[in-house]
Amino acid sequence: MATTTLAPRAGTWRQSWVIDWLTTVDHKKIGILYIVNSFLFFFAAGVLALVIRSELMVPGLQFVDEATYNQAFTMHGTIMIFLFVVPVLSGFANYVVPLQLGAPDMAFPRINALSFWLLPLGGILIFSGYLFGGAAAEGWTMYAPLSNARYAEGPGTDLWLIGLTLVGTASILGAVNIIATVFKMRAPGMTLFRMPIFVWTVLATATLILLATPVLTAGLIALFIDRNYGGAFFEPSAGGNPILWQHIFWFFGHPEVYIVILPAMGVVSEILPVFSRKPLFGYRAFVFATIGIMLLSFSVWAHHMFTTGQVFLLFFAFMTALIGVPTGVKMFNWMATLWRGSLEFTTPMLFALGFITMFLIGGISGVMLASPPVDFHLQDTYFVVAHLHYVFFGGSVFGVFAATYFWFPKMTGRRLNERLGKVHFWIHFIGFNLAFFPMHPLGISGMPRRVADYSPDAGFTLWNIVSTVGAFMIAISVLPFLVNLVATLINGERVGDDPWEANTLEWATTSPPPPYNFDRLPPIRSERPVFDLRHKHDAEHMAAERRAPEEGTA
Amino acid sequence: MTVDAPTSMSADIGASHAEIGHREAGMPTPLVGMLLFIASEVMFFGGLFAAYFNARAAFPGEWGPPPPAHALEMLPIALPLTLVLVASSFTMQFGVWAIRRGDQRALRNWTAVTLLLGVMFLAGQLYDYSILGFGIGDGVFGTVFYTLTGFHGAHVFGGAVGLTILLARSVQGQFSARNHVAVEAVSMYWHFVDVVWIALFTTLYILG
Ligand code: HEM
Repeated sequence: MATTTLAPRAGTWRQSWVIDWLTTVDHKKIGILYIVNSFLFFFAAGVLALVIRSELMVPGLQFVDEATYNQAFTMHGTIMIFLFVVPVLSGFANYVVPLQLGAPDMAFPRINALSFWLLPLGGILIFSGYLFGGAAAEGWTMYAPLSNARYAEGPGTDLWLIGLTLVGTASILGAVNIIATVFKMRAPGMTLFRMPIFVWTVLATATLILLATPVLTAGLIALFIDRNYGGAFFEPSAGGNPILWQHIFWFFGHPEVYIVILPAMGVVSEILPVFSRKPLFGYRAFVFATIGIMLLSFSVWAHHMFTTGQVFLLFFAFMTALIGVPTGVKMFNWMATLWRGSLEFTTPMLFALGFITMFLIGGISGVMLASPPVDFHLQDTYFVVAHLHYVFFGGSVFGVFAATYFWFPKMTGRRLNERLGKVHFWIHFIGFNLAFFPMHPLGISGMPRRVADYSPDAGFTLWNIVSTVGAFMIAISVLPFLVNLVATLINGERVGDDPWEANTLEWATTSPPPPYNFDRLPPIRSERPVFDLRHKHDAEHMAAERRAPEEGTA
Repeated sequence: MTVDAPTSMSADIGASHAEIGHREAGMPTPLVGMLLFIASEVMFFGGLFAAYFNARAAFPGEWGPPPPAHALEMLPIALPLTLVLVASSFTMQFGVWAIRRGDQRALRNWTAVTLLLGVMFLAGQLYDYSILGFGIGDGVFGTVFYTLTGFHGAHVFGGAVGLTILLARSVQGQFSARNHVAVEAVSMYWHFVDVVWIALFTTLYILG
């Protein structure tokens, strides 16, 4: 194995910075590309969300027709999940994991670049349906037989399938890279049980991606064959089975929801100890809970299919309840970490606390849905939409913002303005709850999801107005965030290498780190090497004091 | 009684430049990558196999190609092709053992034989397709049959591309006993493709 040289590549000609970014294989630049690209898709999907919410504010069709509405929620869900939450977390993983492990780069830097560049390509293909007579419109779950060639005419759905295949391939390659990095690139002293929790959660996520996404790829290809080559996978008239699509989709889809939540849990578990000034309570319990979630997540997929009448309800309800246990363990880890800590309510901390509370609500509505009788009543209502946004948005996306505020100083050397950050948080938090809490009562009283309109007599109007106001508040909250980004990049406070007085190795190098990351590494003797280094003198002092009386008696 | 000073704190600098980087011990990083990639491929074929068994279990009549095409038969094509592909796994492995001993010539020859067997397999499969008498659109059997064998064939093709590169590099004498990780990686992949075929053959022709 060639050892990586630490000297920066000596360029013989001066490259412009554009070429530099386009051809980079540096994990930090690729990480930033991931993050920026994902936020662009986030804004696009957010605009679609505003279209949806505007249409739903009052009964009647005001802005879009049904077909456009169907495309809007399909693209919204697809883009949010596959091109925002998953890749933005991969972006943070790309940036942070090698740093946290004390490694100079990922195991396969060029494959890393490839897996990034497949993403915008796939995203553009998915979106390009709009140019060819309409984007895919069958929901992000693309259920058969709605998605067959007869009901879903036109290339929109095919472009969706091809685009998603590329995006899936990108994340599989990324997962190979992450796992190989964790196993082969750790610095001396960085044993598995000294790895930061974020690395553990990313490792579990990569394993899920590695094993679940290929199954989706198989399904996407099967659907493509059905639509274009007269195949019959999901075609009952020729001996196929439409329910098979649901099995394939959710065999991937349920691990997928842990793919988007586990790294966010990791982010929170990095941030809470820093701003509580305590180590994470129960490091090992947390690691085993993560592994437990990872394993169990392959056995709960059919809880998305209770109402098909084709799955063994008791088994899947039981497994679903079971997967709540390790999640509960983590809640206790976090609570106990906060308990009697000297809390500092910085912006990343606020978003981390927002994560815990919102994810708790989403977890509770999830446990409710796990019970088949309740699910029979609530399936395909707004209650499910509420649940999925509390976990995806209140969970993962709050984690993403926490990560952004937390690691921004590492990436740029400058800290985002705290006041604007708090303004962002509070508008976002209140807007989020206004937008999504009302969907619980709406769903319980029977408002169906994926429908562009509702009757004025149904009693849905008031809650829908509240929800739309909340959605616009979320949109407005993005403004202070963007202003903050730009202003900080131009003229932000320079804060040095370790502004938060944090624990893990990424804070041991400069901000931003040099190419290949470290000129030197502190000794790694625990999961908090930078903490140990900072308190080295205290520790020596204490040790000296303890030794002193002995020396006196000697 | 002495209390140890926390030795961990005694050095400012833990790892030096030279120590940061790939771990030398254990399996080489590219092979780890290849194994992980193969794991994802196992899940990919797992999805397709699941589709196959799902269709077979739910199929109303006799499971098999739609009439007038007749049932799949091992002879004269499928069984010989299986033997060809299995044999190619052996020749591949002989090449690997050769280069572990540092025998570049033997590596080159075994790689050439393996490539030849792979191409024979592909040609035979295409010929089989041409005489089977049913297509991918002929009922769910046609769909699963061509999807599974087609994706397997595509993987054989990918492996053949890898073998061609190996051959070119071994002709140039780029491998040695110490430096041949690419040979190991391609051989892993080739064995994997072979195993998938054995599973496919068992499913399609033996279980029926
Ligand atoms: C501004 C913020 C957001 C608003 C206002 C919003 C609003 C909505 C609404 C009203 C629906 C239901 C449409 C319908 O069923 O007719 C929906 C669906 C969905 N949303 Fe969001 N959403 C937002 C952010 C997000 C985020 C951040 C994610 C994921 C990370 C997300 C994922 C989804 C998914 C997966 C669906 C289901 C799509 C489908 O039914 O196929 N949303 N959203």
